[in-house]
Amino acid sequence: MTTISPALQQRTVRPFGGFNLTYLWIELKRKLRNRRTLVFTLVFPVALYLLVGYPQRDVALGNVPVSAGGVSVAAYIMVSMALYGAMMSATAAGGAVAIERTQGWSRQLRLTPVSPIANVATKIVAGLVVGLVAVAATFAVGAATGVRMPIQDWLLAGLAVWLLGTLVFTTLGLMIGYLVPSENSMQFVSLAIVLLSFLGGLFIPLDQMPAVMHDIAVWTPVYGIGELGRAPLTGDAFNILALLNAIGWLAVFAAGTALLFRRDTQRG
Amino acid sequence: MNAEPARQTADAATQTLAIDARGITKRFGRVLAVDGVDLRIGQGEVVAFLGPNGAGKSTTIDMLLGLSRPDQGEVRVFGDSPRAAIANGRISAVLQSGGLLKDLTVRETVTLTASFFTAPRPVDEVLERAGILDIADRMVGKCSGGQLQRLRFALALLSDPGLLILDEPTTGMDVDGRRTFWQAIRADASRGRTVVFATHYLEEADLYADRVILVRKGRIVADGTSAEIKNLAAGRVVRAKLRGADLAVLQTIAGVKSAEQQGDTVIVTTTDSDAAARYLLNQTSAVDLEVTSHNLEDAFVALTGDADGAGSDIQSTATAPARENA
Repeated sequence: MTTISPALQQRTVRPFGGFNLTYLWIELKRKLRNRRTLVFTLVFPVALYLLVGYPQRDVALGNVPVSAGGVSVAAYIMVSMALYGAMMSATAAGGAVAIERTQGWSRQLRLTPVSPIANVATKIVAGLVVGLVAVAATFAVGAATGVRMPIQDWLLAGLAVWLLGTLVFTTLGLMIGYLVPSENSMQFVSLAIVLLSFLGGLFIPLDQMPAVMHDIAVWTPVYGIGELGRAPLTGDAFNILALLNAIGWLAVFAAGTALLFRRDTQRG
Repeated sequence: MNAEPARQTADAATQTLAIDARGITKRFGRVLAVDGVDLRIGQGEVVAFLGPNGAGKSTTIDMLLGLSRPDQGEVRVFGDSPRAAIANGRISAVLQSGGLLKDLTVRETVTLTASFFTAPRPVDEVLERAGILDIADRMVGKCSGGQLQRLRFALALLSDPGLLILDEPTTGMDVDGRRTFWQAIRADASRGRTVVFATHYLEEADLYADRVILVRKGRIVADGTSAEIKNLAAGRVVRAKLRGADLAVLQTIAGVKSAEQQGDTVIVTTTDSDAAARYLLNQTSAVDLEVTSHNLEDAFVALTGDADGAGSDIQSTATAPARENA
């Protein structure tokens, strides 16, 4: 029989608040196991690209014909869909933190050395990874079906939609999660993102919408990120309004999250 | 107020206490949930924290674990703050309210939790000790309540803690699940781990603890070995209709713990009901005499129930030397 003498045992604490790759890996496995996540973040963007974008692979976005090296409408749709996938993944990742809190998981975690910040960081990184997979999958299908762009456009557009989309919508997910923490509310948010994506010009270019819609759309959260993501393709001048839109919404969501997070922890 | 447990030797007193809580108080709005509790638990003790729902057991446990901060008073766990003791794995707990992720397997849940510690016990070892190695690949969402509790127990074993706290560990389990769960805990405690468990099942306290602390309305009302607590249950109550009973005389009768007059009824609590009944029927004009035995539940209710006075009355007997009645 061994005897436990805890007072004599050497005890140490893990660095980085317990952030580690095992947790990240298991978190990723959970996401890949979740059919709804897979459908919304991977299948849906790729399928929509194939349905809407692919048939327009020879339609020029600007004045330069595709055959002369111009960017196609298919490329526009591809970037939009990649952004959509990144947003969905990020929102789900952010929302998960608060949902798991109401299910008592964060209480269980408080019985371990892991810090709440390392927990949130793991969720965000997992959301980033799935978002990257969504962007990469959409781009890969695009490239395989005839979308042609200069390599720097691929990289710039990809990075912009991936990082901006994830950043803004992780904070949205966190905020909504703390506001109304339930699985149902996150499904509602998924629908809201579809609507916002329409308004943000992800499915139909804004200049093809009625003027009223266009005027409303520029104030919605997907518009700014979408414009910035597509800028490398369209060759448009840098749109300061789009950047302000993205930063503004990020600030709103981050402030909301901070406020609700504080209210939440004070209650416990 | 609290008798030092008999088994605590002078040797244990020189060791660092597993739990040293002094005057901890917690208030929720107007409700005083925990009212100045002093708690000293030595290493290797198995202690039951017994009380009805709402007695302040869970609130006390939350403070011991650092999940909430006492309004007043201080908690030390192995000489450290609770948060530090959790961080270095010296204390762990099985909480009813601790949620688990339904979309992970049992083994993944343990692997995940193990990743937060520097030198955790092997995953298979804790699964085996908790008796769930055979369901390691089952999804958490498909586990029964008892299996979930054993999974929480496995998680609590990962850091090989010196102190394990269990909050109402068997609530919602069937008889079989309860027995299996306690077998695992008991086998583990025999290796020298300090175990503190909250329960409102008197039998659990009786069977598995060697020290029982009774709490009521946020205060400790009795603290003693389970034999002492058990002795309470041996008492009987003799009631009879009698006006103006001589309580002083009643209290001198062998075995009588208390005697009181309520309206035209005299109520005598005693370990020798025959003697009290004989006196009442032969020496007084008492009528309608009835004898009821204190079962385990009654003793518990008497100690922790709402009737003021009952608690303080029996408290003294709880801490008195054990009388061999059973």
